[in-house]
Amino acid sequence: MTAYAEKETAITGIGQSKISRGADKSALGLTIDAALEAIADAGLTRAHIDGMATWPGDRADGSGFSDVGIPALQDALRLKLGWYSNAAETSGQFGALFNAIGAIASGLCRHILIFRTMYEATARKAGFANALNRPGDRVRGPFAWYAPYHTYAAAAQQALMFQRYVHESGIKPEQVAQIAINGRRNASRNPAAIYRTPIDMDDYFASPIISTPLRLFDCDVPIDGSTAIILSHIDAARDGPHPVTHIEAIGSSMQYRNSWTQLDALATQAQPKVAQMMWNRTDLKPADVDVAELYDGFSFHTINWLENFGFCGRYEAGDFIGDGSRIALEGDLPINTNGGALSAGRMHAYGQVHEACVQLRGLGGNRQVNGTPRVTALSTAGGPLAGCFLLVRAN
Amino acid sequence: MTDKILRPLPATDRDTLPFWTGGKDGRLLIERCNDCHHLIHPPTGFCPQCEGRDTAPHAVSGRATIESFTVNHKQWMPGLTVPYVLALVALEESPEVRLATNIVGCAPHEVEINMPVTVRFEQVDDLWVPLFAPISASVEHDA
Repeated sequence: MTAYAEKETAITGIGQSKISRGADKSALGLTIDAALEAIADAGLTRAHIDGMATWPGDRADGSGFSDVGIPALQDALRLKLGWYSNAAETSGQFGALFNAIGAIASGLCRHILIFRTMYEATARKAGFANALNRPGDRVRGPFAWYAPYHTYAAAAQQALMFQRYVHESGIKPEQVAQIAINGRRNASRNPAAIYRTPIDMDDYFASPIISTPLRLFDCDVPIDGSTAIILSHIDAARDGPHPVTHIEAIGSSMQYRNSWTQLDALATQAQPKVAQMMWNRTDLKPADVDVAELYDGFSFHTINWLENFGFCGRYEAGDFIGDGSRIALEGDLPINTNGGALSAGRMHAYGQVHEACVQLRGLGGNRQVNGTPRVTALSTAGGPLAGCFLLVRAN
Repeated sequence: MTDKILRPLPATDRDTLPFWTGGKDGRLLIERCNDCHHLIHPPTGFCPQCEGRDTAPHAVSGRATIESFTVNHKQWMPGLTVPYVLALVALEESPEVRLATNIVGCAPHEVEINMPVTVRFEQVDDLWVPLFAPISASVEHDA
């Protein structure tokens, strides 16, 4: 097997701020909480951090989508960096992580602080208005092709892809519902989750339709919060306090039309190519995965990742999910063990990275999966964005 | 569909303006390669099929097929009339060219994947927004 760059790296530290529907700190304050926790978790100090990466970087547009950029955090923590990168134009939210792998493998850094901060709950309470509801402002970029048709949110865009998937696969709403039900069941065991009261099939079908076939419970929860990860060179990682968590393989590519309207395959989105790339970079197989943290910005994404990772065949996810027992904590393939974005809050899969490390270290408490998980699969994004990777705990 | 709030409008440039103004003359204009006739959308001035750079807006039939749709029920802002249908339609001349649009001229529950539709235009300020209606729809059904 080729010595791919990611095999020289490991996740050594994780940290997370309080996640809420209305923070009592600034976005920077939350980010500092997550960063300091991650640095300490890695057994490091601020002086060890010589690189930073984030997705997508500071967007000072009032939306809360990304309120903190690298310069603000670097200045607050007075870090001395050899390299940094925001990754707005990259193959999905994990682009920050993939860029950091390159920086470490090329010798630019030893310990990189990676973070994702969102402040959307507060922004919405403040009545944030984007260009779509400010009369007179014209919409630029890819969204200009959608905006004139009263498309105000990703939900409607994703609903178009979801509807096409339903049409092609014949998946049943009761099977889709299991993604939300499973997430909430797991969240009930996660003290940090936003929504912790279990839901059943009746609750799912009572939740309002946002944009057919998406219901409210198919959509993740806007939050205030920050997640931080320390990525280290493998040689430095071996000195850390935790079992080494290797990055085994990554999937990151753009082999399709990068467009929300012209994406080659509506039903599968950009995911098949990145999953294929990931499996090409490892000897591991889907059957080796012990627990999967699959992006659930919408429940549809998770369904699509089950297929694209090869846990089941094309259009077989509905039957694979079945009554939900296979994807539950006690099942063959537990997914989204902390509740996922649907119940634990929208952290754009960085919450899932955090949870994957918790599970690999065996620190999941009453949501810890059975046995001793060694391999986790992680994924992010939908539409023209996609990224994924495998984490493996050293024996 | 009667909009109580104005449609958000796109910023235009020299490449995209023909698409958003062709409706003034009742024409749906899609950029086309003058050498191999490949349709290019969104317009870029480059033909990915023959690498030609000689492109120009070309009037297509306006007939298309619904590739996917969603009936939006959420009132994203005050004054927005719901439900309404957002769709992706594939042009008859080239299914590779897909347009986001609203389906008008029928009730939301009548919309189906693979339904044939045809273009009509709604003027908003200085732009003509392409909308699509079922080919069988009569003018009386327009909201």
